[in-house]
Amino acid sequence: MKTLLLTTALACCALPALAGKAFVTNERGNTVTVIDTDSWEVTDEFFAGNRPRGVTVSPDGALLYVAASDDSLVRVFDTATHKEVFTLPSGPDPELFVLDHSGNPLFIANEDDNLVTVTDTEKHVILAEVPVGVEPEGMAISPDGKFVVNTSETTNMAHFISTEDYEIKYNVLVDQRPRYARYTDDGKRLFVSSEIGGTVSVMDIAESGEPTLVKKIGFEVPGVLPEWLQPVGVKVTPDGSRIFVALGPANRVAVIDGETLEVEKYIMVGQRVWQLQFTPDFQYLLTTNGNSNDITVIEVAKEKAIKSIPVGQQPWGVAVIE
Amino acid sequence: MKRLLAPLLAVLITMIAAGQGAALDVRAAVLRVDYQKLLPISRYDLRTEDAGFAGAVLADEDNNTTGRFLGNTFETRTVAVPPEEADAAMNQLLADGIRMIVVMAEDEDLLRLTAKAASADALVLNATAAGTDLRDQACNANLLHISPSNQMMTDAVAQFAVWKKWTRWFLISGSNPADIALAEAYRRSAKKFGAKITEDRSFADPGGTRRTDTGHVLVQRQLPVDTQGASRHDVVIAADATDYFARYLSYNLWDPRPVLGSGGLRPVTFHAAHEAWGATQYQTRFEALTGRYVKPEDYNVWLALRVIGEAVTRAATTDALEIRDYALSPAFELAAFKGQAVTFRPWNGQLRQPVILYDGMITVSVSPQDGFLHQTSALDSLGLDRPESACKAFE
Repeated sequence: MKTLLLTTALACCALPALAGKAFVTNERGNTVTVIDTDSWEVTDEFFAGNRPRGVTVSPDGALLYVAASDDSLVRVFDTATHKEVFTLPSGPDPELFVLDHSGNPLFIANEDDNLVTVTDTEKHVILAEVPVGVEPEGMAISPDGKFVVNTSETTNMAHFISTEDYEIKYNVLVDQRPRYARYTDDGKRLFVSSEIGGTVSVMDIAESGEPTLVKKIGFEVPGVLPEWLQPVGVKVTPDGSRIFVALGPANRVAVIDGETLEVEKYIMVGQRVWQLQFTPDFQYLLTTNGNSNDITVIEVAKEKAIKSIPVGQQPWGVAVIE
Repeated sequence: MKRLLAPLLAVLITMIAAGQGAALDVRAAVLRVDYQKLLPISRYDLRTEDAGFAGAVLADEDNNTTGRFLGNTFETRTVAVPPEEADAAMNQLLADGIRMIVVMAEDEDLLRLTAKAASADALVLNATAAGTDLRDQACNANLLHISPSNQMMTDAVAQFAVWKKWTRWFLISGSNPADIALAEAYRRSAKKFGAKITEDRSFADPGGTRRTDTGHVLVQRQLPVDTQGASRHDVVIAADATDYFARYLSYNLWDPRPVLGSGGLRPVTFHAAHEAWGATQYQTRFEALTGRYVKPEDYNVWLALRVIGEAVTRAATTDALEIRDYALSPAFELAAFKGQAVTFRPWNGQLRQPVILYDGMITVSVSPQDGFLHQTSALDSLGLDRPESACKAFE
């Protein structure tokens, strides 16, 4: 096995262009599955701590950050060797996080403690703890880096935290159980998914960062009970023309037109689809399917699922590097 | 509708964004009536001093955390009394100006206490009483039911059994009035979902010298004899609301069959091993705060106070009857770690909710089951439905 791996490694590194890698956290399997985004083959699976959920990569693609929820810390791995290089203090039960555009600091939602923890990724110390609503989960950063948005699942608010003084400047009530928040690349819009409310709230963002709730997008699929349409992960194409929303136990990803804010279509994926991530070239969108233990690859231009790849137990999040 | 919503939303957001809006101080109470009861069959079911109240502590924490962003505060008083002091306790709460009261009491007491509260325009939230009648002809417009009715619970069991194609039932019911009422609910559920009760037996409460006194040895010898010679059946359904025999049935039957109902696979609103739909966070918060595992009555009280919290947050009022009106309106929905929003049946004040089927260790299933449809909500396939209800108080 080792020889085989070594050969593969050599073969891979001899090539001029390295294939991209997708890292999938397996919440119940306590591992990260590594997938070659060229061949769509699983190339590795490594221990990533207890109950790994949120996952992201540093801006240079060298470091993989994994929220090891049951270890109450963030484990950081080398994306080339898959070895753990250090850990970061995260506060209790980290779930989702977002990196500052510079790669430092890391803003972490502590689900059990009604806090957002701000951690310095270089000095490995906690810079601030921001009290938020009950069960903080979704984390987003504005493109200008001035605001971090946290959603609290039981309080049902999006909290807008200034990255300057770590104070909450705005709170917006949304529908039940907000799970995820995502800005458009131009920073003029924010989308917040509400799992139990079954909606995505759309906010216009003013120059100052002040949000205005403008619309709530609902979902409808013939033959699927409305209560199964539970929006979770949200991703927006760089031009803002397409919004993809994972619909949990409805086993579908909704495609929303960025102009009209109407749902255009639903793409069938694996079971209990949770989080989404684009490949860096935005050609593909990957979905984690927690109940079928696989990921689905969606071809973005065609808005079609082209492949599913078995991963570890209960895949939760996914991050991709070039 | 859309046009109406936009300005409303704008107002709401401006209010929140500005961090003002009139600060609201919300005062509620939990009134628990402690009845004289024999020990439960299992030590796991021993009553705790903080039964139900623990849910109120967590609800106050949750509501206050949310309230902080709006300037609202929540304070819940907890009162435990013997039955003879229940009326005086309710009078005192009303005299102290409290108008939202979660009550943990048996059906008859609940109705009497509600009448008292209603005369003071107060709202009662029923956390534990399961009588179907309370939601039917005896309903009261000042009474919301957080606890599911017997009929919701028995329908939840029936749907699962029918989904499994276990449609031949051996019903064993207790002899106390509460057991008889529960057995009647199972008979209606069987009829509603197409199961057949092939054997219907009563298991008399021997009173006094309960089988617990002589331990497992006698139970092991007697129960097989008592369950001998039953007509062909797929499952045993136990109707034992007073907890004196159902827990003994599994492994002691003459014919080896799964037990559902008051023993074996039981319908519950919540249990401490439930993890799905984010419930793990609820469990860890509850355990950190109280030092023990959650029980259904704790969850019910928590949910009652969260209904109030949610209504205060969205409707910006502390008036008990305005809170009731908002809770009964189509705008109300609440996430309750059950995978879908819980809402109220506006025609009898019953909270619609999924029912968990629990084997004592894990969530085995959650009803309503796949394929049981309803024109309003699949949740309305559980319990008394609008056309069969004699409740007029909400009209």
